[in-house]
Amino acid sequence: MSAPRRPLPGWAEIAVLPLVNIALAFVTVGVIVRIIGVDPLHALRLLVVGALGSSESIGYTLYYTTNFIFTGLAVAVAFHGGLFNIGGEGQAYIGGLGCGLAILALDRVLPAWAMIPLAIVAAALFGAAWAAVPAWLQAWRGSHIVITTIMFNFLASALMVYLMVNVLIAPGSMTPQSRPFTAAGKLPSMHELLAGLGIQVAPSALNLSIVLAVLCCVGVWVFLWHTPWGYALRTMGHNPDAAIYAGTNLRNMTMLAMCLSGGLAGFVGVNELMGVHQRIVLDFPAGYGFAGIAVALMGRSHPLGIALAALLFGALQQGGAELAFEVPAINREMVVVIQGLVILFSGALVNLPRPWLQWLLALVPSRKGQGP
Amino acid sequence: MSATPAIELSGIHKSFGNVHAVRGVSLRVEQAAVTGIVGENGAGKSTLMSILYGLYHADAGEIRIGGQAVRMDSPHAAIARGIGMVHQHFMLVDTFTVLENVVLGAEGGALLAGGLATARAELARLAREYGLAVDPDARIADLSVGEQQRVEILKVLYRGARILILDEPSAVLTPQETDQLFRILGTLGERGVTIVLITHKLREIMAVTDHVYVMRQGEIVADRATAETSAEELAELMVGRKVRLQLDKASATAGGEVLLKAEHLGLVDRRGVRLLDDVGLEVRGGEIVGIAGVSGNGQTELLQVLSGIRAPTGGTLTVCGRRIDARHPCDPAEMRGLGVAHVPEDRLRQGMVAAFRAAETSILGYQEEPPFCRNYLLDGPAVGAHCASLMERFDVRPRAPALRSSSFSGGNQQKLVLAREMAREPRVLLVGQPTRGVDIGAIEFIHRELVRSRDKGCAVLVVSVELDEILSLADRILVMFAGRIVGEVAAGRADERTLGLMMAGASA
Repeated sequence: MSAPRRPLPGWAEIAVLPLVNIALAFVTVGVIVRIIGVDPLHALRLLVVGALGSSESIGYTLYYTTNFIFTGLAVAVAFHGGLFNIGGEGQAYIGGLGCGLAILALDRVLPAWAMIPLAIVAAALFGAAWAAVPAWLQAWRGSHIVITTIMFNFLASALMVYLMVNVLIAPGSMTPQSRPFTAAGKLPSMHELLAGLGIQVAPSALNLSIVLAVLCCVGVWVFLWHTPWGYALRTMGHNPDAAIYAGTNLRNMTMLAMCLSGGLAGFVGVNELMGVHQRIVLDFPAGYGFAGIAVALMGRSHPLGIALAALLFGALQQGGAELAFEVPAINREMVVVIQGLVILFSGALVNLPRPWLQWLLALVPSRKGQGP
Repeated sequence: MSATPAIELSGIHKSFGNVHAVRGVSLRVEQAAVTGIVGENGAGKSTLMSILYGLYHADAGEIRIGGQAVRMDSPHAAIARGIGMVHQHFMLVDTFTVLENVVLGAEGGALLAGGLATARAELARLAREYGLAVDPDARIADLSVGEQQRVEILKVLYRGARILILDEPSAVLTPQETDQLFRILGTLGERGVTIVLITHKLREIMAVTDHVYVMRQGEIVADRATAETSAEELAELMVGRKVRLQLDKASATAGGEVLLKAEHLGLVDRRGVRLLDDVGLEVRGGEIVGIAGVSGNGQTELLQVLSGIRAPTGGTLTVCGRRIDARHPCDPAEMRGLGVAHVPEDRLRQGMVAAFRAAETSILGYQEEPPFCRNYLLDGPAVGAHCASLMERFDVRPRAPALRSSSFSGGNQQKLVLAREMAREPRVLLVGQPTRGVDIGAIEFIHRELVRSRDKGCAVLVVSVELDEILSLADRILVMFAGRIVGEVAAGRADERTLGLMMAGASA
């Protein structure tokens, strides 16, 4: 047992600690990059330029960020209710299915202004439904949500393969993908929208979904901290006994938390299918659901923190791709290692530098009294 | 007295941020004596002992153990000097046996068997010498709270402690278990163990200590030989003003409407254990009904059923005209709607959320009601203002609605929960252990507030294991034993002996 130290002040907890974590991750990455014979500073420069160096790269960074915001918020909402939703991946997948099905059914009938909101709602509903089953199993049958949501990722994956290969595949196609959506089912891309306003930016995958992501951040913030239901949800997460005492029905609240969580994860389908692929394809969640756990952890489950963490992850995704393209010694797998290290340091080892920081701060004489 | 004291502290200072928790404390603890340290919650008692035990490092001052100046930079240093601490919350592994818990951390080798055999012999010796009999092979989970505490004491003695610090040891014990603990402390003292007892219960100080120090706001304000002081004097020193230990109140205005009525109320849990059995009671507006009983005789379950946390499995309950039974349960939110307020027994676990700001805790259970919730949104300023007014009325310190609930001292957390429930002017007020964990100045205040609620026509039901409290507060007293109401006594005709007999299950 070591002597307890004074807790970190708020600013250090929120601003300094994550930066130190990221710095540690990058130092470790630098050592590894050095070992495989690449100049770390050169690699870092390529990474940063690749992520933020041009309007095109910024566009792609923000496009990835959009996905990370959705899944990060999904994990955070459940986490505030004391529920660990590992099923973001499957909920994103099924959310995409929902939005795709809605579009395939109606895009020849409805105009874009009606089709787009309908498809977004469908994505949320399908994602929520996929999360509702594990939620129901936990609330009424006592099955642990971590186990069931993991299993539901596999179920989602298997279901999608079956549907794409046997049911939704475009007639005559050799690849398992649906027919393309019509223009009504296309979410406007950002460079088109900005061009309409007279601002010229390079084309990228960035689309209107990022606005939805920002709205979700605000919505989650309002819900959690400014509505009685968010209050009850947080009460359940911090202290279920107090929630029962307060008259909250824990079963209903578990359902609510997981449905919101699944709905948010389902929006990944909006960004990917409506924004980019323009058809239902296989494997579009590509790990965003899992990365959402790290994003939420790093963002301290707060929408603002999640937005910032998602930006970092988006930048790493885009910059990493550029880095792999430019430097032959660094391949896709190496980029995954870099992302993994950032997750490791800012997620699992988040408390590692805390004592050092406390020690450093204690050296600074404060007018409020001597440190330990 | 002997020449070298066991412990000598001089000029100890300790600050946390801008809170000066311990201010220049000096004290002597004589060898083989029981020394008490009393003070209200937040007076700095626990901080001082944590410094002595090496958990905190003092900003200034000197610690001498057996005459030698020492540096206490970790509990290891304290243990090496023969200091042992028994915490208020036990540090035991529930699924391990007594023996395994005692050797935990002092196994004495890579193979357990050898260590366990020597430990068994040593345990038997300690049990003989100090009268601390516990079955070494019993699982902790199967022991009563009092026995678990004995294991904690054994653990400390096993590590060779000659100085024992006990932090609020009776907080979790029944009165009988407390008496047993005091007998053990007496024996330990006779065998040369030095004991430091931290508490805010004056009865305990008067019963077992030889010498007592009184702390207030981080300072030692008095230092008395126990034989030469009285509970009244100590109470006054602790609070810093005169305190009336006896509550004077007008007798109840009889004849109010029956607001709470239970008939043949029963509760059977999933394993088929009968927790409440044929409970019948009535509480009228304008009276305080006290439920006495040794803890664990169904009082907790009774409060759970009356407040809607658990549905009864038999019988009926009528609350403000609404009938509730097994098939028509009523959840806590509906109960609140009927005008029932509930101050839970375990306020820290049930009544608040440690991570929430005080303002958020101050609306727990009322979050969907105006003025806190308007147009589906929480009204932050209204919640803050509500919390501030509760803090003002109930003297919660510091008056900081934005502070995390866990940053308040125990007594102030309790007051905040009490304030929340009492301020709504409920028709029925259920109160579990109204003054558990609350310091003496606040007890007086809480009792007066309960009487004031009664005088406004509220039906008050108080469950308490403190017989003194029931006797001074209640207009009618019901005694619970083994899930049943075994007797009723009007307050005027009750005395501790008859109630005690009923509480023990002997028929009245």
